[in-house]
Amino acid sequence: MELTTFWFVLIAFLWIGYFVLEGFDFGVGMLAPALARNEAERKQVLGTIGPVWDGNEVWLITAVGAMFAAFPAWYAGLLSEFYLPITLILVGLIVRGVGLEWRGKVQHASDRAWCDLSVLVGSALPAFLWGAVFADLLRNSALAALVGGVLSLSLCVLHGAVFVALKTSGPVRSRARRAAVIAAAVALPAAVVALPNIPVTDAVAAGWSAAPWLWAGALASMAALASGIALTWRGRDGWAFAATASSIALGGAALFGALWPAPLPGLTVAEAASGPYTLGMLTWIGLIALPFVLGYQAWSYWVFRKRLVAEVSVAKVS
Amino acid sequence: MDALDLARWQFGVTTVYHFLFVPLTIGLGVFVAGLQTAWHRTGKEHYLRLTKFFGKIFLINFAMGVVTGIVQEFQFGMNWSEYSIFVGDVFGAPLALEALLAFFLESTFIGLWIFGWDKLPKRVHLATIWIAVIGSTVSAYFILAANAWMKHPVGYEVIDGKARMTDLWAVLTNSAALAQVPHVVGAAFVVGGGFVLAVCGHQVLKERRTATARRNPPSIWRTPIRAALAMTAIAGAVVAVSGDMSAKLLYEQQPMKLAAAEGLTHDTAGAAFSPVPGVEIPKLLSFLSTNDPNAVVQGTTDIQTRFTEQFGPADYLPNLPVVFWSFRVMIVFGMATVGLSILGLWLTRRRRGGNHPQQEIPAWFARAALLALPLPTIAMISGWLLSEIGRQPWTVQGELLTAASVSPGVSLTEVAISLAVFTLVYGVFAVAEAVLIIRHVKAGPEPAVPAAPLIPPSRDDQAADVRLQPTLMY
Repeated sequence: MELTTFWFVLIAFLWIGYFVLEGFDFGVGMLAPALARNEAERKQVLGTIGPVWDGNEVWLITAVGAMFAAFPAWYAGLLSEFYLPITLILVGLIVRGVGLEWRGKVQHASDRAWCDLSVLVGSALPAFLWGAVFADLLRNSALAALVGGVLSLSLCVLHGAVFVALKTSGPVRSRARRAAVIAAAVALPAAVVALPNIPVTDAVAAGWSAAPWLWAGALASMAALASGIALTWRGRDGWAFAATASSIALGGAALFGALWPAPLPGLTVAEAASGPYTLGMLTWIGLIALPFVLGYQAWSYWVFRKRLVAEVSVAKVS
Repeated sequence: MDALDLARWQFGVTTVYHFLFVPLTIGLGVFVAGLQTAWHRTGKEHYLRLTKFFGKIFLINFAMGVVTGIVQEFQFGMNWSEYSIFVGDVFGAPLALEALLAFFLESTFIGLWIFGWDKLPKRVHLATIWIAVIGSTVSAYFILAANAWMKHPVGYEVIDGKARMTDLWAVLTNSAALAQVPHVVGAAFVVGGGFVLAVCGHQVLKERRTATARRNPPSIWRTPIRAALAMTAIAGAVVAVSGDMSAKLLYEQQPMKLAAAEGLTHDTAGAAFSPVPGVEIPKLLSFLSTNDPNAVVQGTTDIQTRFTEQFGPADYLPNLPVVFWSFRVMIVFGMATVGLSILGLWLTRRRRGGNHPQQEIPAWFARAALLALPLPTIAMISGWLLSEIGRQPWTVQGELLTAASVSPGVSLTEVAISLAVFTLVYGVFAVAEAVLIIRHVKAGPEPAVPAAPLIPPSRDDQAADVRLQPTLMY
């Protein structure tokens, strides 16, 4: 595979990893007020993402850093073109991160409430806006942006609900499963409208033989979504999570497939790319480092693999 | 006021603000890791209490460093798209490497540290904090290498109006970076050490105010004060030596910045150094810049003439008063901090005759130690103003002007909105963080022997549960 193609695929992989991982973080952040009835349960819900959310966010930092290094014009064009939505996404990520980290460090219940609000708003803003930005990029219409935003927001809620169901026990788990079904009632119709509308014309015009696979990816994403709902219904939490993760990943793959070979209107990957020397050097370093990164991140999920019960801290003391 | 000015203000505001937290993350992080190591090795309980006490402050601050750092990576593309397109091939690489090699380490292992107290073996848990702080320091190296390239571009050629990297190793071992990394990381340790010193000073004063202080067991603050003093003094020496290296590099690489910092208008042989206007030490500037007291140091007006010949007519002068004064504030405040730490080391030296009142920290020094918080922070910010305002009007020295770097498609309104939003959010969080840290410092560390009742706390006894639980968890 030639280097620009490889780097486009790698950047797509990083973005998709970000959507899948931070997707459930966003969902958990938005669902926390709905799933928890008291402080112990709120700790339980947010505890599911506590150790991992920061590492998940670095997928975005790495994706954007890789765009800067490998396709400077794509990086600069995307961020300056969608200036205000990106500003709001950044504000969301700021207030959310601070809310998550500080809620355990403040003393008063009212300060904790501010943190919870920050987490809610800071999760909802990027969850909606990333979908809106990419949908607008593909279809260049406000309606598409709205549908894309609703789809990504509801998918995040669904994915987060399924994750909470997988990582908790007790009343919170049952509430999470109910929340998943409600989120699915929005996500599924949004997916049915949005995914088949991912334009493949550019890819077809460029004579890209894999264009039909985009349709397959979009369809598979919908199928994974539907099966995720069914699996949640039947209490198969692990498989349900795998299904919603696959749905987001397949949808993301279709999205980035549609951005090939022109990730921005009038800008092809080849025009945007850095020189072969930079891409070559980064390829070597990336290929050596990435397995380690994936390894220790997976290990951190393994360390925190147990389901959380409410009042987990109290159980520790005795 | 146009979009360019606002974009510059935005970069200044967001970057200075980000750098209020970063040095503390690096310096305090190593300090906390050191305390936990001491606990691991000696098993003494007060080290654990100190680890958790400073660990919590570290985490409050860490969160701010992380979230404000995201803005840094995005705003090159948002406000400086022409710059990004010009430099991305070279400048983007260290940013991508920073994320891949440093941020993943930092964020994953900090999560393991916070939540892993009772899930990981003690030794592994200790390793997680060390790996996280190594990640922070590695990230500093990469971003400083990127920053150094703007001041002294190396390992590249310009093809079709874009910089193309030809030598990654040259970029990563840029002489400007090799001087800047120890200077900034050393300064981060000075800030971290100064912060600990100020917190300990407050605690010592608080102990003295309580009537029972004399009868209490020996103060737990002596060890962290000694450690912080040593850290500040050693790091201060590193900062001074690397600062001298930087000055010599400026002479070759950025003569305009050197001249502006010194207020030297004309090329001068045997140039004098003037610590404050009116006082001159003969030949010192020439000596500091080249090791030769009679060397010629270029002056701003003459450089302006030469730059006009070389690059075409334009104003190549940075904001002279800001550069001149920030240089002096940096040196005076930085040296004051180091002086304070050396004084403290002497005052707290171990004397013969064991544990008697002489071992106590004098109250006046505990009060003076409070200054160790603002002094190095102000020095650090001034250093950045000197470094980055002194680089103007270039974004990439000799290659790209700041005026040609800004995003052409972003309107004044858009920049104004984002500047207002970031300033507002940052202002609110600055106050909140200060309040949070002050409250935490006032509360002090966990009591020495936690009064743990043997009855399991019930569901509605959550306040007790919080007190009981000496972990950093939610």
